[in-house]
Amino acid sequence: MKHRVLMQIGLALTVLLGFADSAEAADKVKAVASFSILGDMISQVGGDRVEVVTLVGPDGDAHVFSPTPADAKTLAGADVFFVNGLGFEGWLQRLEKASGFKGRVVVTSDGVKPLTMEEEGHHHGGEDHAHADHAKGHDDDEDDEEDEEEVDDPHAWQDLANGKIYVGNIRDGLIAADPEGRATYEANAANYLERLAKEDAAVRAALATLPEARRKIITSHDAFNYFGMAYGLEIVAPEGVSTESEASAKDVAKIIRQIKADKIPAVFVENITDRRLLDQIARETGAKIGGTLYSDALSGPDGPAPTYLDMFRHNVGALTAALSS
Amino acid sequence: MIDALTQPFAEFAFMRRALIGCLALSLSAPPIGVFLVLRRMSLMGDVMGHAILPGAAIGFLLAGLSLFAMSLGAFASGLAVALAAGLVARTTILREDASLAGFYLVSLALGVLIVSMRGSNVDLLHVLFGTVLALDDAAILLLAAIATVSLATLAIIYRPLVLECFDPQFLRSISNLSSPTHLIFLVLVVLNLVAGFQALGTLMAVGIMLLPAVAARFWAADVSGMIPVAMGGAFVSSVTGLLLSYYANLPTGPAIILLCGVFYLVSLVVGVRGGLVWGLLPRKHLEA
Repeated sequence: MKHRVLMQIGLALTVLLGFADSAEAADKVKAVASFSILGDMISQVGGDRVEVVTLVGPDGDAHVFSPTPADAKTLAGADVFFVNGLGFEGWLQRLEKASGFKGRVVVTSDGVKPLTMEEEGHHHGGEDHAHADHAKGHDDDEDDEEDEEEVDDPHAWQDLANGKIYVGNIRDGLIAADPEGRATYEANAANYLERLAKEDAAVRAALATLPEARRKIITSHDAFNYFGMAYGLEIVAPEGVSTESEASAKDVAKIIRQIKADKIPAVFVENITDRRLLDQIARETGAKIGGTLYSDALSGPDGPAPTYLDMFRHNVGALTAALSS
Repeated sequence: MIDALTQPFAEFAFMRRALIGCLALSLSAPPIGVFLVLRRMSLMGDVMGHAILPGAAIGFLLAGLSLFAMSLGAFASGLAVALAAGLVARTTILREDASLAGFYLVSLALGVLIVSMRGSNVDLLHVLFGTVLALDDAAILLLAAIATVSLATLAIIYRPLVLECFDPQFLRSISNLSSPTHLIFLVLVVLNLVAGFQALGTLMAVGIMLLPAVAARFWAADVSGMIPVAMGGAFVSSVTGLLLSYYANLPTGPAIILLCGVFYLVSLVVGVRGGLVWGLLPRKHLEA
């Protein structure tokens, strides 16, 4: 008896929600973003006219995301789909096919000059890597690594200048999907672009206060090459360190040696998630352990980096805290 | 060659720390293992290794990767399971091994569940496998303190413990030390697993306790001989494991335990007391 009542209430609610949904959908453009950073940019440009759904939410990893049937359904009902491109969303084609999405796909990184990076295959940075390094030095060792290939580095949004290109693409995409909103989108985008430019100057100013010799970090997270290139920060990757969770003595020794040799003042090694191991590295090298750098995803609304601009503020704060003095 | 053996320790503090930690563990855990083996309680060590997991996990849940909280929790839950299993064995129809098996399976599941509630799989791996490469001052002090307490206590209860191993009826007939001895011994087992857990994780801690002890049976005739053999075997395995991890890029904890396993297998084959090889050779005279 009780169950039946509950079910009826549930049914009624569903119907109501359904109405609300379709009513809203009628006057709002439905945009789907592949990951949270794009999601934020779209809401900044779209304002009230656009309803944004993000497939890979805050703190999610878009590299290993695997779309669910619900995601396919979301996409099927969307007017426009924004993706990063540059190979960031490996699951993209499968999802598009599965959902039967017929709308407009906007590649937001269109027009960005891509950097390249090495994609590691099944190689775990073992013995042979080290030997190759010793024998030939860094520059040519990628040529003979069979399972490493050069691919575009997708993390272009880490440079605010590229962020502006993204915003331009988003604006044009929204105008194409909803020509009536052109004035709104153009005004919002112009406003947002101005804020991006301001933040860009702020990032440069903040990093300029650091002594040049200290503008160096070691990080296993290969997401900051655009950032480093744009703002003059040297990003050193721990060589041949496997990303398996159990670190070997060799891995730790390599990181320590590298920090000492290159006099790197701060470590942002995030794949070694064991705090105790990081502390040991810090004790032994005198390098500071930096906090978390947000790279591929925003934090939740209460976190330190809920928007694209906040992400930059947070990262620059963490970097200057670790690198100053 | 000598240089290759000493260079990693000379260059890196974390290797030295790992070495000290391993030395402390090798001195305290294997003698406990020897008594476990002699009392036919080898699998008890395994059970206790899992029994400390839920306590350590609760410590982890409340305080993160905190040495104090995790050790205290581990000690409490290990002791609780040991006592509960003994109590069940004495008051119900279940034998001790069966009740231990029951408790340990529950502990394992509970521990994994609790760790997963807070952290990711990565955190779980840290708890299960430990980090001998990340021993800070507090952890080393804890290992050294446990080793000291453990060896001193073992020296005090040595006689009744040996008697309890070989002739418990006799011990019970001449004194009432039997139950206290057993209890203190259980505390030592748990303490050493807590120490091992800091360095090697719950799954591997039992390895350094039992494998050298089992191997020592093939080399020495009596307890006083087995203990030093087990200690030596454990230490050599640890150092070799550290070096192997350094040169061959292997995870450290498993490398150490695997080398303890190699020590065991080698002893099994060529050990002078009952090694497989000697059984194949014609016997000499005057040997039993």
